[in-house]
Amino acid sequence: MFSNFNTKSMPGVIRIKRGLNIPLKGEAEKVFSRVPQAETYAVKPTDFAGLTPKLMVAEGDKVKAGSPLFVDKYRPEVQFTSPVSGEVISIIRGERRKILEVVVKPTEVQEYIEFGKANPKTLKRSDIVERLLLSGSWPLIRQRPYAIVANSTDIPRDIFISGFDTAPLAPDLDFSVKDEKEAFQAGIDALSMLTNGKIYLGLNNDYPASDVFTKAKGVTVNYFTGPHPAGNVGIQIHHTAPINKGEVVWVINPLNVIIIGRLFTMGVYDTTKIIAVAGSEVLKPRYYITKIGASITEFVANNTTQPTEKLRFISGNVLTGSKISANGHLGMYDNMVTVIPEGDFYEFVGWATPGFTKYSNTRTFFSKLLPDKKYALHTNINGGERAFVITGQYDKVLPMDIYPVHLLKAILAGDIDKMENLGIYEVAEEDFALCEYVCTSKVDVQNIIREGIDLMIKELN
Amino acid sequence: MKALRNYIDKIKPTFQKGGKLEALHSTFEAFETFLFVPNKVTTVGAHIRDAIDMKRTMSVVVMALMPALLFGMWNVGYQHALSTGAVMTFWEVFLYGFIKVFPIIAVSYIVGLGIEFAFAQSRKHEVNEGFLVTGMLIPLIVPADIPLWMVAIATAFAVVIGKEVFGGTGMNIFNPALLARAFLFFAYPSYMSGDKIWVSGMIKGEGIVDGFSGATPLANAAAHHMDKIPSTWDMFIGTIPGSIGETSTLAILIGALFLIITGIGSWKIMLSTVLGGLSIGFLFNIFAVNPFMEIPAWHHLIMGGFAFGAVFMATDPVSGAQTEKGKWIYGFLIGFFAVLVRVLNPAYPEGMMLSILLMNAFAPLIDHYIIEASIRRRHKRAAIAANNR
Repeated sequence: MFSNFNTKSMPGVIRIKRGLNIPLKGEAEKVFSRVPQAETYAVKPTDFAGLTPKLMVAEGDKVKAGSPLFVDKYRPEVQFTSPVSGEVISIIRGERRKILEVVVKPTEVQEYIEFGKANPKTLKRSDIVERLLLSGSWPLIRQRPYAIVANSTDIPRDIFISGFDTAPLAPDLDFSVKDEKEAFQAGIDALSMLTNGKIYLGLNNDYPASDVFTKAKGVTVNYFTGPHPAGNVGIQIHHTAPINKGEVVWVINPLNVIIIGRLFTMGVYDTTKIIAVAGSEVLKPRYYITKIGASITEFVANNTTQPTEKLRFISGNVLTGSKISANGHLGMYDNMVTVIPEGDFYEFVGWATPGFTKYSNTRTFFSKLLPDKKYALHTNINGGERAFVITGQYDKVLPMDIYPVHLLKAILAGDIDKMENLGIYEVAEEDFALCEYVCTSKVDVQNIIREGIDLMIKELN
Repeated sequence: MKALRNYIDKIKPTFQKGGKLEALHSTFEAFETFLFVPNKVTTVGAHIRDAIDMKRTMSVVVMALMPALLFGMWNVGYQHALSTGAVMTFWEVFLYGFIKVFPIIAVSYIVGLGIEFAFAQSRKHEVNEGFLVTGMLIPLIVPADIPLWMVAIATAFAVVIGKEVFGGTGMNIFNPALLARAFLFFAYPSYMSGDKIWVSGMIKGEGIVDGFSGATPLANAAAHHMDKIPSTWDMFIGTIPGSIGETSTLAILIGALFLIITGIGSWKIMLSTVLGGLSIGFLFNIFAVNPFMEIPAWHHLIMGGFAFGAVFMATDPVSGAQTEKGKWIYGFLIGFFAVLVRVLNPAYPEGMMLSILLMNAFAPLIDHYIIEASIRRRHKRAAIAANNR
């Protein structure tokens, strides 16, 4: 059915009109590079919004792949387990002894906790849930509303998977999943036991998707076309079966569906995945095979254009990723590492330059006359924080029936009713990342959204 | 530039907490960030940010005002020459206008920015750039002979009562520049209306040529002196009496084009304002009972402050409607009421100012109903889902 990819005539293709593809330099070439096993792996409680971790290990403890490192203090059944076997070498803490990272040094030969091979379709729902919880795969499933780790006692209305990532320099997921057909199907089979609704798989209509996706059984495929954030699962939910008050849906990334699949096909928590290392400052932007939580040292050492102190290393993409050091660790949900220049310099009357080399979504820079140009953007905020003044700017990059500025103001005012009315249940930080990028007033939009979500959780539960 | 940067870094501690000139911190910061975009990097959220900032946005608007300003300066001199019958070269004409207009701009900026700096300091904010535009708008919507102390009072009124009492930039309900003009209009009517104030030198009665009337086209129309209305071409080019920046529809159109191309000004508001003005103009044409109602509807667009208001005042993002659908309604009603007021109420020939201020007050209400519609869609969807469960 190659006619699936005829953009114009295909009925049922969901066209996302508003959004923005930021043209960054340094896209990963579709080539695998092999690197030695990472020196260290880490699981970071900070990857999980709202989590209060309770440690289950101490420095010096030996662990296997799948052994719990910490649990959710308020939902102790949710375990966060080691992706590798080895020794817990350090527990890094921040201000007020907040746990930032639990670091494991891997053994040469990997040992896994065995959960036994099984066909998920022959298991009971409760057995699947238990296996996901015990193995540490559970946190891979997140819920909407709130964009937090799913609750194991919920039965979600539906489960949503976005099969493509439109974020700047994001990896081509078709490329990343291509040899994982069996595990992906097993993962889908397991997930299908968890909901009475559908499993929606969103695919990009602009190019033929991998067989792994198109031939998957038990999924409802929706095709999307349009700029980022068309690949965000939240946007896809909004355009297929939006979340209403009182409903819960779950979301999961395809690479994590594969990890869940392996829990049944191989019977172990094997977090192997393919990630992209990209960005203007990477000498050879490519794909790598690695595991959740791996140290990025091997990917970036001797692979950057400048000394590390002049660079920003990001686990994830430039819009939503977290800042890490050159020896930092890959986040739980991140499928890429981005390296861009730091922008900690002064620019003489920078706001008044013609701007042939500056990228903007507005038409106030001459670079708009160079439509195919790609940019090496740095981390300077390019201005100062101001009150909300410009209107219509967020709306252009948020393809939802939501009034972003009004929602943000409701959050700042702590008005729960208004937040609910304006669609807080349908949003996650990542959906507002572009609003934050384009903001003339340099407002930290994603932070405000998370504050709003935290307030909802606090007030309603 | 390195030397300048080093110098700034050297004197910076004087203005920071504990420094001798701590009280001028906001002022120093405003000038520093004007010279150098700060070295501040992202710490939370998106790691990269758009190159646009408030300084560039506001300077785009100021640039868009330049054609109207330059033409206005020339026209001040030109009208003066016409009224006195003096023979002046182009540069003499322009210089006359420049000498009249520049002090007004200087007073507006000095008073306005002074107050802004003080408020920024007391609120521990950075100085907002919004006044860069307001400070240029105020001189353009007053007559050239306005006393400078009046400009100072009106500017102070606009900034303090129009903006800061609401919490500063971004919180104000009314367009500050228009509020300044409304203040002048109601506080000093003899300086803001009549037939003698629009042409520089007429109040003093400097050797007026026989038969020269300083009345604006709108005043003539309101008085049903249809024969005295200048030609369409003159009104379009702007060689007519009026406030400094409002007379030339052509210069305003150039500014409008610049705002639309850069995307800084809302074309929706501009277009809908024009449509609103035209529609009531056509209605008047159909039911005309006096000569003012008979003038071609599109003439309203090139008379008085209509064009200036539509392009530079109605499009103020803070005081206007903020939703995209709301902008259509907001603009349409501005145009509609502007022409309605100017034709039906001869006491207020300039309906544009009142109309925009009125719609400023209603903009939040318009947005409210647009957003309510979205909320209703959400509730309806939830109700259907609940029924199907």
